[in-house]
Amino acid sequence: MIEVKDLYKNFGELEVLRGISTKIEKGEVVVVIGPSGSGKSTFLRCLNLLERPSRGEIKIDGKSLLDPSTDINKVRQDVGMVFQHFNLFPHKTVVENITLAPMKVKGVSPSEAREKAMELLERVGLADKAESFPSSLSGGQKQRVAIARALAMNPKVMLFDEPTSALDPEMIKEVLDVMKDLASDGMTMVVVTHEMRFAREVGDRVLFMDEGKILEEGTPREIFENPQNPRTREFLSKIL
Amino acid sequence: MKSLDFSIVIPYIHLFFRGALTALEMAVLAVLIGVAIGTFVGLGKMSRILPVKLLCTAYVEIIRGTPLLVQLLIFYFGLPQILGFTIPEFPAAVLALGINSGGYVAEIVRGGILAVDKGQMEAARSLGMTYGQAMRYIILPQAFKKMIPPLGNEFITLLKDSSLATTIGFPELTRAAQIVAGNTYRPFEPYLTAAAFYFVMTVTFSFLMSIVERRLAASD
Ligand SMILES: Nc1ncnc2c1ncn2[C@@H]1O[C@H](COP(=O)(O)OP(=O)(O)OP(=O)(O)O)[C@@H](O)[C@H]1O
Ligand SMILES: [Mg+2]
Repeated sequence: MIEVKDLYKNFGELEVLRGISTKIEKGEVVVVIGPSGSGKSTFLRCLNLLERPSRGEIKIDGKSLLDPSTDINKVRQDVGMVFQHFNLFPHKTVVENITLAPMKVKGVSPSEAREKAMELLERVGLADKAESFPSSLSGGQKQRVAIARALAMNPKVMLFDEPTSALDPEMIKEVLDVMKDLASDGMTMVVVTHEMRFAREVGDRVLFMDEGKILEEGTPREIFENPQNPRTREFLSKIL
Repeated sequence: MKSLDFSIVIPYIHLFFRGALTALEMAVLAVLIGVAIGTFVGLGKMSRILPVKLLCTAYVEIIRGTPLLVQLLIFYFGLPQILGFTIPEFPAAVLALGINSGGYVAEIVRGGILAVDKGQMEAARSLGMTYGQAMRYIILPQAFKKMIPPLGNEFITLLKDSSLATTIGFPELTRAAQIVAGNTYRPFEPYLTAAAFYFVMTVTFSFLMSIVERRLAASD
């Protein structure tokens, strides 16, 4: 479903991604781990072209993202993204946050968009917050709305960039539970996270990134219990 | 030292009221023109299209780098030489003020947009919105809120700067004081009266703005 080949990205002199290649299958949950600055976010952001790769190839369903004839906005409709800091629209209510893009981008009717939004809010357990403004929500609630907002576009893939890193510990579970639910529903997911339990329980595959490269990949079991690369071992010993 | 006698302005007080109203009118029209121009120029300054960016940057620099009084004189006395007709005082003054204001508002618009968290644009784009849609539905509404306090200041500046229209002979508030001074041979009282009129208007407006700002802060 997603095919990445020899992906490079530099910011000026700084080479942040240095030849990333991997394939992500439909329904797969891929967890990306690695030290700070290793390029995890940049990799994720290349997958929906929030960053433009310097060279390499990304294909989603066989369609090349970097082909000049590819409509970036169209691609992004299929690739949902959840950010560390939620990035909800503060001037819109919860339900408006969710309905805006389907209405403006896809031309869905207001009533249909709203119906779908309420369904999604039900799913993330926040139906009663539909008319609230984001500022009145807790961090965990905000992130669940952000997930619902991304899902409203019916994406084929969901990208999560440290979705629980900005949360108080007691709110992490409610967000991870929503993500687990999504995974068991068959959503294709790429998740950058430090939640190793989530990686073990939900991940089909773990990628370990360091200095812009994938140094090691395997099942959670392989990576966590029997890491081959010394850098992986060193990293895991620090966080586990 | 002679004492002040404000009773001498009383027969002319209607001139002051009318002048104050005119000043308000000019400031309101000028700020509207300023916002219209400033929005485009401010966005243009952030454009990735180089000629647009340069043109808008030049506009802001020229407007801010030259005195408003000179701009007004060019507009009223200079332009007719090329146009072949005179622009009447009121539209000339309002246009000059508005075009000038556009340069300042452009910076206010740019500042407001830059003050919106970068994550907002990213979230909007990640949902498939175009740059234009993201600007219109997500960035500008938030930027506008941040622009309200500096736009309030801009309005106050325009209200005071409308006094420059005196130089092209337009009967606004300062001109009223000038006329009264000429008629009574007592300049101090009429000019103080004009100052008081300006002051009451700006202070009242500042007060109203502080209420609006408190409301805005509460809704964050
Ligand atoms: N827009 C940018 N301009 C310049 N440098 C950038 C930019 N974005 C990221 N970088 C740099 O690229 C490197 C990798 O950043 P990235 O955010 O991808 O790392 P990360 O693995 O997500 O780290 P973290 O765990 O801290 O989030 C860092 O050195 C960062 O400073
Ligand atoms: Mg990161």
